[in-house]
Amino acid sequence: MAVKQLSVFLENKEGRLQQVFNLLKEADINVISASLADTKDYGVLRTIVSDNEKAQKVLHDNGISSKLVDIIAINIPHTVGSLSSVLNAIADAGINVVYMYGLSTGDQGASIAIKTNDIPGTEKALAPLDIQYYEDKKFDGILE
Amino acid sequence: MIWNETKECMPREELRKLQDARLVKQVNHVYYNVPYYRKKMQEVGLEPGDIRGVDDLSKLPFTTYEDLRETYPFGLAAVPLSECVRLQSSSGTTGKPKIAVYTRRDIDIWAECVARGLTMAGITKNDIMQVGYGYGLFTGGLGAHYGAEKIGALVIPMGTGSTEKIINMMIDCGATAIACTPSYLLHVAEELEKSGKIDQVKLKAAVCGAEPWTDEMRDQLERRLHLKAFDIYGLTEIAGPGVATDCEFHRGLHIQEDHFLPEVINPETGEQLPEGSEGELVITTLTKEGFPMIRYRTKDVTNLEYDKCDCGRTTARIQRFKGRSDDMLIIRGVNVFPSQVEAALLNVDGITPNYFMTVDRVDNSDTLEVAVEVEDRFFSDEIGALEDLTKKVHDKLRSAIGLNAKIRLVEPNTLEHSQGKTKHVLDKRHLYD
Repeated sequence: MAVKQLSVFLENKEGRLQQVFNLLKEADINVISASLADTKDYGVLRTIVSDNEKAQKVLHDNGISSKLVDIIAINIPHTVGSLSSVLNAIADAGINVVYMYGLSTGDQGASIAIKTNDIPGTEKALAPLDIQYYEDKKFDGILE
Repeated sequence: MIWNETKECMPREELRKLQDARLVKQVNHVYYNVPYYRKKMQEVGLEPGDIRGVDDLSKLPFTTYEDLRETYPFGLAAVPLSECVRLQSSSGTTGKPKIAVYTRRDIDIWAECVARGLTMAGITKNDIMQVGYGYGLFTGGLGAHYGAEKIGALVIPMGTGSTEKIINMMIDCGATAIACTPSYLLHVAEELEKSGKIDQVKLKAAVCGAEPWTDEMRDQLERRLHLKAFDIYGLTEIAGPGVATDCEFHRGLHIQEDHFLPEVINPETGEQLPEGSEGELVITTLTKEGFPMIRYRTKDVTNLEYDKCDCGRTTARIQRFKGRSDDMLIIRGVNVFPSQVEAALLNVDGITPNYFMTVDRVDNSDTLEVAVEVEDRFFSDEIGALEDLTKKVHDKLRSAIGLNAKIRLVEPNTLEHSQGKTKHVLDKRHLYD
């Protein structure tokens, strides 16, 4: 159920982020979602794209490091407590959330990417809940 | 004031005779007591009898850091360790530090040289002198301490540490003299200005060394702290601080020539250069018992002036340092070689062996930033893990070079590769301009 996210290490240099997205555009890769974690000296771009292999290759060829990371991508209803129940289930299983961000899928409800220190364990912990998972193929549906 | 007028103002012909006699004695001492020196002399077909005075100095082989490394730790000691009473040390280019051992007489002569230097700065037994150099293996603390005790000053063995405590002690006890690095003293001046306590300071003289500094820094120190600032030079291999010090006329640093014989060479060819030429300073100890140095290459580039100084001293004077003939940096008074940094970074998982050091001076304090590349395959997209990596590199460097460096993670393949003569250092301080 895990989804591959493309993570890119970027120095805080002018135009670097822009360059990444320009490269993806030129390679005809669709960006489904993007989130940027920043520090004073560097940032980590976390993005979900239409073609991981192609994206990695084009970035690598241009001297930019990236790696593919497993995350859980879910869709939950816009109701009070829906996110809490997800996080409670994860916490109860003794798993830590490393980071989390909203996904722009265009679907109804809230779409969220969650990275934990134990992805298979998280899948197991969330199994009893009635939530919708994105898998790689589902994102394909979003793409034109 | 002159501490030892007989020696410091000796007519040069007489000084030369004294140096001739002492050089012969020193060469005999190492030839018969240090197998390593004997072998080096034999390799070039020299016997002690071939050295009859200073004119024969250039026949002797040089001693370098590599010799120290090869004989580490005690291979160049010229007396049994049971005759030695002290060990001091400073960092070497790779791995092994430089170590020197001292007999009781060596310590006494070193203190004599420091006493001469402090006297040049106008410091007397009536002064209260705060020592702000680190005590321990570094020669600065104990060197300044023994010299100040020798002239009978009241010594405050403060060492390094919290600036607030150093300032409080200085004010509460009415210190009239201080020995520390010039950049640190500027930092102290700033703190004093900020806290409005500058008028409570009674300092009249500062003896600053352990790092190169500029005339502008001297002006600043003198203006802001209302004192006279003096430059002191030395190195562990030769003794420590006090090998040379400048007098109130600031015409260069007077070398204590009855104990340390200076010459200037072409660092490329090793050829001895005529008086006044610019080149690498080479020093031969003349009276050392424990750890004599024959033609030790300091790697410091300068020229020597031999005319009599306005102060009356006749000793040769080291002119402004023009740089180093190796790549050693002096950061906050600590000797740092890029190769040490390179070696320390090699074994850290998660980064490549490429690095770039930027040295700067911000608010009169030296800063060191080391950029390292995140390794492509192992990069984590978790900020916490990247911060752990930064800390790991920081701690590794700290234990290797003794300095807190700012670590900056950069993208892979953005720094030049380590092989060959790549430039790994940018020194923005312009200390030798």
